[in-house]
Amino acid sequence: MATNADNKPSEAKGQHAGPDIDKVTGQALTDHEWDGIRELNNPLPRWWLWVFYGSVVFAVVYMILYPSIPLIKDGTTGLLGWNSRAAIARELSEVEAGRQAVMEQIRSLPLEDIRADRELSQIAFRGGQSAFKVNCVQCHGSGAEGGFGYANLNDDDWIWGGTLEEIAATIRHGVRYDQDPDTRISEMPAFGRDGLLDDDQIAAITQFVLSLSGQEHDAAVAETGSQLYVDNCAVCHGESGEGQPMLGAPALNDAVWLYSSEPEVIASQIYNPKHGVMPAWTGRLDEVTIKQLAIYVHGLGGGQSAEEVSAN
Amino acid sequence: MAMAQGGGLFLIALLALMGSVKAHDTQFAVHMAIVAVLALVGAGWRLKTMDVRARDIPLREREASYMDDVIRAGAIATMFWAVIGLTVGVFIAFQLAYPDLNVEPWFNFNRMRPLHTSAVIFAFGGNALICTSFYVVQRTTGARLFGGALPWFVFWGYQLFIVLAATGYLLGVTQSKEYAEPEWYIDLLLTVVWVAYLVVFLGTLAKRKEPHIYVANWFYLSFIVTIAMLHVVNNLAMPVSWLGSKSYPIFSGVQDALTQWWYGHNAVGFFLTAGFLGMMYYFIPKQAERPVYSYRLSIIHFWSLIFLYIWAGPHHLHYTALPDWAQTLGMVFSIMLWMPSWGGMINGLMTLSGAWDKLRTDPIIRMMVIAVAFYGMSTFEGPMMSIKAVNSLSHYTDWTIGHVHSGALGWVGMISFGAVYFLVPRLWHRQRLYSLRLVSWHFWLATIGIVLYAASMWVSGIMQGLMWREYNAEGFLVYSFVETVAAMHPYYIIRGLGGVLYLTGAVIMAFNIYKTIRGDIRQEKPMGAAVEPAE
Repeated sequence: MATNADNKPSEAKGQHAGPDIDKVTGQALTDHEWDGIRELNNPLPRWWLWVFYGSVVFAVVYMILYPSIPLIKDGTTGLLGWNSRAAIARELSEVEAGRQAVMEQIRSLPLEDIRADRELSQIAFRGGQSAFKVNCVQCHGSGAEGGFGYANLNDDDWIWGGTLEEIAATIRHGVRYDQDPDTRISEMPAFGRDGLLDDDQIAAITQFVLSLSGQEHDAAVAETGSQLYVDNCAVCHGESGEGQPMLGAPALNDAVWLYSSEPEVIASQIYNPKHGVMPAWTGRLDEVTIKQLAIYVHGLGGGQSAEEVSAN
Repeated sequence: MAMAQGGGLFLIALLALMGSVKAHDTQFAVHMAIVAVLALVGAGWRLKTMDVRARDIPLREREASYMDDVIRAGAIATMFWAVIGLTVGVFIAFQLAYPDLNVEPWFNFNRMRPLHTSAVIFAFGGNALICTSFYVVQRTTGARLFGGALPWFVFWGYQLFIVLAATGYLLGVTQSKEYAEPEWYIDLLLTVVWVAYLVVFLGTLAKRKEPHIYVANWFYLSFIVTIAMLHVVNNLAMPVSWLGSKSYPIFSGVQDALTQWWYGHNAVGFFLTAGFLGMMYYFIPKQAERPVYSYRLSIIHFWSLIFLYIWAGPHHLHYTALPDWAQTLGMVFSIMLWMPSWGGMINGLMTLSGAWDKLRTDPIIRMMVIAVAFYGMSTFEGPMMSIKAVNSLSHYTDWTIGHVHSGALGWVGMISFGAVYFLVPRLWHRQRLYSLRLVSWHFWLATIGIVLYAASMWVSGIMQGLMWREYNAEGFLVYSFVETVAAMHPYYIIRGLGGVLYLTGAVIMAFNIYKTIRGDIRQEKPMGAAVEPAE
């Protein structure tokens, strides 16, 4: 294949006399040749040409019907008068109109009444689920399972209360969100950093806290931590570590932990506590969406009723 | 001459060194240091290999023959960058499936992704185009490459561009324009190299010994001219400092977006389509030993293709701030582009009429045919995806990625592999390739790889698009973004496996090419020999 001739510039070809015929196809060849390559003189395939014409006709018709030609300030609007901004506005308003009656019900009824209405509560739940996926999953996780420093919303342990109204209030005003005057605020003292307790005392309280939820602990050390707990912690977290949603003091006597049940993490929280922030959603989300979110979060499994809370 | 070149390189090394010392940021310093070292090595090599004997004696014999050494270098570079680019591609495919593979800060997806796209498009594809165009233009004009050592400048200048661009991405040098990420000083280098390329190509055409210019050269020339124009306009930018890597584009907002996609889509149109059509128009008739199907079709589809392509860019900006009229034009020009694109497919496939039996015995022809088939498929898919109703589903999804790869792996990759398989035995004066059976292995691995890639991305892309737009009865979105990501995980793994197959094929090819260049011959049963030919 790779002959010497292949590697040398060819001499200029003379003109061929009359069209050559390709033996295989019987078609005429053009009189050009380059490096042994010839060209058949086949006509354009008819189907190719007609589909091409068809696409041009489609293009022209489309350009007449839709905005297409740029002018000095703007462009032509097209016979249909269609434009993308109006189209999306119309689509959104149609959806809005379709659900207006139900949304109005959600807006006007108290949360407990929405929950009592089976059909309405299901609609609100789906709306809340959708809003949750857009706005809340970034911190609370796509299954609302929370994470280190972010509350799990599936369980029945509520830092700020688990009734519908309490959940809605948390969503509306956030936690330690200084741009909202009604935000939920709690601030655990930095016992170690500010010198209120020394390291041994903190270690002792840590062991006692571990004992409250029945975890592995050093019983002797926990015993010394018991009185320290009563003096320093019980006022907010309760005598038996049951917590106080009114103050935003988490329960310490169960398996649910905002940060971690590791002794080092508990000790570090006593020494110099982290104070997480949740933004206030009033203003970002409308009232209907916030109520739907409350119904959704409440319905994840751990929602409490007012009676339940008072019974406890 | 060698003295002047050596001195020039030394001067460049000095300037680069000063630039490196005075640089305002680390990335620019590293880049200038790379330039300085390479220029210094080049200068030393130039002086050391200075051919004193030949200085005053004209080498008539060599002048008269074709300039093939630069093409040999180009063929090796093509193969080298193919393996690099595909390896990075496989790696980032698995980064998407397994995010833990993101190694901060240099090897995260954000930096590896432009490394992949530039390595396969510009390094692999670009070297394939430059080296085949140098080969084709000489053979079809009967003239030696124009410009003395200028083709070598094009070759080495282009490799330097690739190295600076690639290291820049990893160091974080980017102007964040897709397929045009390199910063201003790298763009300037490419501009100079590209103009030299144009001069070599035009100069060779001008001294041609054939009366007509062959169709392959029309396509190559349209590719070189248009890329020069696109590159310059899209990269118009103001550097923050002449000693720093950062610059700001002169366009902003929607004008910048439109310029970018005018560039981006025509990089597809003129780099990945027109350039490789030039390749197809030479290598398919040569390998099939058949005349081109239709001269008339080649004229009509060439002119309609290059006229229509340049308008199609706005279809990348459907349903954005781009005015509706521009979106309309982007769509209708893309639709009109369908048949002009298919003209190339018809001419490629029909050139085989009378030689279809070669598909059985010649895996190189098979490779070229599947390339043209994928070309036809993706140039149908493209106009379809440009229709606004389709685009509203496909845009921003993996469907686009699948579409690009059926074109890139199927068309660009396969036609380039076919061309290199054709070229290497001829360039190194070998009777044949080391092994045709290995070419067949390459063919099947690559084809199955593409099918896995394209099919998984269709499923994942359409699923992704449908999940994004899924509403419930009250008009609320059903899925969160992260749920769509989780749903795509299995398809990301299939895609990665497809990439592994394709890469394996390319590695086998590199081995085959290496053995061919060395001159080894594998004793094997000829392809198709098992079947008795019908008499």
